[in-house]
Amino acid sequence: MNVVDLVGHTPIVTLDKLTPPSGARVWAKAEFLNPSGSVKDRAARAMILEGLSNGRFGRDKALIDATSGNTGVAYAMIGAALDRRVILYMPANANYERKSLIKAYGAEIVETDPLEGSDGAFLSAEKAYLGNPGKYFFPNQYHNPANPLAHYGSTGPEIWEQTGGAVTHFVNSLGTSGTFVGTARFLKEKNGSVKTLIVQPDSPFHGIEGTKHMGSTLKPDIYDVSLVDGEERVSTAEAVAMAKRLAKETGLLVGISAGANVTAALRIASRLGPSGNVVTILGDSGSRYFSDGTWDG
Amino acid sequence: MPIPLRIPTALRGFTDGLNQVELEGATVRELLKSLTQTYPDLTTHLYDDEGTLRSFVNVFVDNVNVKSLNGQDTEVKPGQTVTLVPAIAGGGPR
Repeated sequence: MNVVDLVGHTPIVTLDKLTPPSGARVWAKAEFLNPSGSVKDRAARAMILEGLSNGRFGRDKALIDATSGNTGVAYAMIGAALDRRVILYMPANANYERKSLIKAYGAEIVETDPLEGSDGAFLSAEKAYLGNPGKYFFPNQYHNPANPLAHYGSTGPEIWEQTGGAVTHFVNSLGTSGTFVGTARFLKEKNGSVKTLIVQPDSPFHGIEGTKHMGSTLKPDIYDVSLVDGEERVSTAEAVAMAKRLAKETGLLVGISAGANVTAALRIASRLGPSGNVVTILGDSGSRYFSDGTWDG
Repeated sequence: MPIPLRIPTALRGFTDGLNQVELEGATVRELLKSLTQTYPDLTTHLYDDEGTLRSFVNVFVDNVNVKSLNGQDTEVKPGQTVTLVPAIAGGGPR
């Protein structure tokens, strides 16, 4: 067994202290307990293992991809475990903790224009790959079906099993959209009445790290809008406030997107009766946000 | 003399697609006021209901974050470039 085998099978917690008495139960999957510290381990592992098995990630190739951080950390960890070179294109304003973790695992970072965001990093990585495709393995997390398939094959079944099939709603924010698409697709196949909703930042200019504002960004090929039953708009201030509540009132030190997800899940729970079971994702740890000053004040 | 202000992709939908606008102002505060007067729809994206600049909006004068200078009172001079940078790297629009 190595670190790659530790990905997934995360626990799930209920947020009873935060849930209105007459509302539905809220369940939160503790994805920050994956070995590199985020939900991104699942997709990174699936894309790399697929590349190894189909020969696209040959021994002489380096992995190259764009990331705002967490997928990069996951690639870097798995690259270290498998003794592979990893090169990551990241906006220069990616935060200190993520860059430090990536370097600690021995991967390389190419910084891209911060004003162009993650789409700019993607286009730079794609250009580098297309300039010399024989040199690189380009998982292309925004467009690789193995990304949502990882969640269809693991996150979805785990949620189904851990809730005893009682899940009625699943709500999650979108980065590549892989977690939402794969999990929603699985849950709907198990029970067609499960409602699956997305979380969206309330502005194209926001501070919910890793979360895409779909109305103004490049749409990932893997995104399947037919799975979207509804949308909850959350402000950065609400997401940060909820992350702080989770730390102080439940002992869960989670990141800003988790704060946004729980904000949305509690809203949905308050609209439902007690028979509802709303599931969401705690994608990464709050310890990735110290340098941003998130926890100050 | 106008100062160039660079606009991130996330906000270009509110600046007629421009990636840079030329504005008059002696401080960062005056420049941002001039920006939101020219493009009023930007206001709610940069400021909260109390008129405070949102926490995830970073302003750089040349390559220095004004949070490490005098904040919005940081002076700007001809020849310098001011840049609005989101605090996050993920999810940035194109």
